[in-house]
Amino acid sequence: MDKNQSQAYWRANKALIRNLLIVWALVSLIFSILLVEPLNAIQLGRVPLGFWMAQQGSILTFVVLIFIYAVQMDRLDRKYGIRK
Amino acid sequence: MSVELWTIGFVALTFALYLYIGWLSRVRDSSGFYVAGQGVPPIANGAATAADWMSAASFISMAGLISFLGYDGSIYLMGWTGGYVLLALLLAPYLRKFGKYTVPDFVGDRYYSNVARLVAVVAALFVSLTYVAGQMRGVGIVFSRFLQVDIATGVIIGMVIVAFFSVLGGMKGITWTQVAQYVILIVAFLIPASAIALLLTGNPIPQLAFTFSDIVANLNQVQLDLGFQEYTQPFANKSQLDVLFITIALMVGTAGLPHVIVRFYTVPDVRAARYSAGWALLFIALLYTSAPALATFARYNLINSLHNQTIEEVRQLDWANKWERTKLLAFDDRNNNGRFELTPDSATNEITIDPDIIVLSTPEVANLAPWVIAIVAAGGLAAALSTASGLLLVISSSVAHDIYYRILKPDATETQRVFVGRIMVGLAVALAGYFGINPPGFVAQVVAFAFGLAAASFFPVIILGIFDKRTNREGAIAGMVTGLLFTIFYIVGVKFSGMTPWFFGVSAEGIGTLGMIINFIVTIVVSRLTPPPPLAVQEMVEDLRSPAGELPPEAVH
Repeated sequence: MDKNQSQAYWRANKALIRNLLIVWALVSLIFSILLVEPLNAIQLGRVPLGFWMAQQGSILTFVVLIFIYAVQMDRLDRKYGIRK
Repeated sequence: MSVELWTIGFVALTFALYLYIGWLSRVRDSSGFYVAGQGVPPIANGAATAADWMSAASFISMAGLISFLGYDGSIYLMGWTGGYVLLALLLAPYLRKFGKYTVPDFVGDRYYSNVARLVAVVAALFVSLTYVAGQMRGVGIVFSRFLQVDIATGVIIGMVIVAFFSVLGGMKGITWTQVAQYVILIVAFLIPASAIALLLTGNPIPQLAFTFSDIVANLNQVQLDLGFQEYTQPFANKSQLDVLFITIALMVGTAGLPHVIVRFYTVPDVRAARYSAGWALLFIALLYTSAPALATFARYNLINSLHNQTIEEVRQLDWANKWERTKLLAFDDRNNNGRFELTPDSATNEITIDPDIIVLSTPEVANLAPWVIAIVAAGGLAAALSTASGLLLVISSSVAHDIYYRILKPDATETQRVFVGRIMVGLAVALAGYFGINPPGFVAQVVAFAFGLAAASFFPVIILGIFDKRTNREGAIAGMVTGLLFTIFYIVGVKFSGMTPWFFGVSAEGIGTLGMIINFIVTIVVSRLTPPPPLAVQEMVEDLRSPAGELPPEAVH
């Protein structure tokens, strides 16, 4: 892998990390803490949405985010010929 | 068969299993001892990380705390899981590529400085020692409650078990026992959670029962009727800013805890490190999404079975009498009306419930068979022992690897290194045991330290070490030292010497977030004002960023 390619790989990696971390902050810090009160006006199932996000939704999203990262990085690794 | 016999049977069985695994995993070389020969499959490392991470506090105390804090208990749920996203995206793959044994290894090499290494060692030792004392205490408490053994004897039994597999097998022994411990602790947690969900809602899956049954709404109503805030009411106990700061401090602290980070050194390659973080969080989430459900059900059920009941009715409940004897549950009919009443006002409240009772008493409250209670005891022990062993390895490697081998005696042979490692694990176990039997009065208070200090010390310098090539030795040392000193100053001031929490009322638990921000700023500014790192270091950073060309650890040395 030459220098340009490895820079492109690193940029793509950073963009992916940035996007996933935006979702990470959105579900936990924004929805579950800063906006919890307005969101609690909405019901999910039989519980207020903001409360549900804080105690269930954010955690489930975290798990999904990590697997998305791993799978997307596999694709990136293949694209740049790091792994067959 | 009595509960005690079942408990002795289960505990003995699980201990025999740990000893057997420890014997099978014994090692001779330093790579095996410190990083399990870097041959742990991602799913197994995920399970080991989950057990390493979930301590006696997660298993026994967390659901109880949530049931008393309601919404505000979410700080623990999000804080202790969200950090894994940071770990998986920002730290684990690169540290695995780096491939060496400890967190101070990375700090020392990346910042080409034994001073930086030493600061990292001191922080790692401090964080791990405060944490491990609590685990040994947890072992003692489980023994004393379930087996009526005194706490000191319980701690000594626990010490012998941990010492056996960690001295013989180092990280390899610890890893495989942790995998077994995860299975035991998760089964032990889910059986009662599922049973009480079934009992109250007819749905055995706690997460679904929590979301789709009326229990949360009913609990809100019950709380209002008794004069409490609604269970789902945000910021009933802590301000919004404090909830935000504590959550971030716990997340970042989790990602900076050395005993969690080193688990990612044990997998075969970078790809395995990425997936293994996902498995770890999935395994953790199984408990962490069940815990808030259990918290809600148990609180609802406790209030319903105890509040406004006559003294005679309460006396007929076997579990109420049993837990009253342990002083975790207390009744006092202050107004002499023949009934026990639960109120938010401590002057009129007649039922005192210790948070620890929520998980421990659920099997009895839900009328489960005695063997379930025995499994819960074995699960609590698994949680405490697995976390303790991970911490002990960090303590031992900080001294035996980072100080003895990397600083004092770089020409030490394999045999010497492993020998010193074993001695240090042994000493660390003894020290942890001592603190377990004679807990310093401040143990409960210093848990805030572990997360706050990890957040304010390691996290920024590791992140910048990977993502910012310009960060240099001067910046890293200045950042770690200011972050640590500020956080210690605030925590000690607020917790021990009556300082007002002057930073917008943010509590000692949440101040690590500010410490981390200070560390980031200082590190970046000082780095810009001093010479850039040497070319070789910049090339090393370049190399960390690509998973290509991984070398086995010995070749990197």
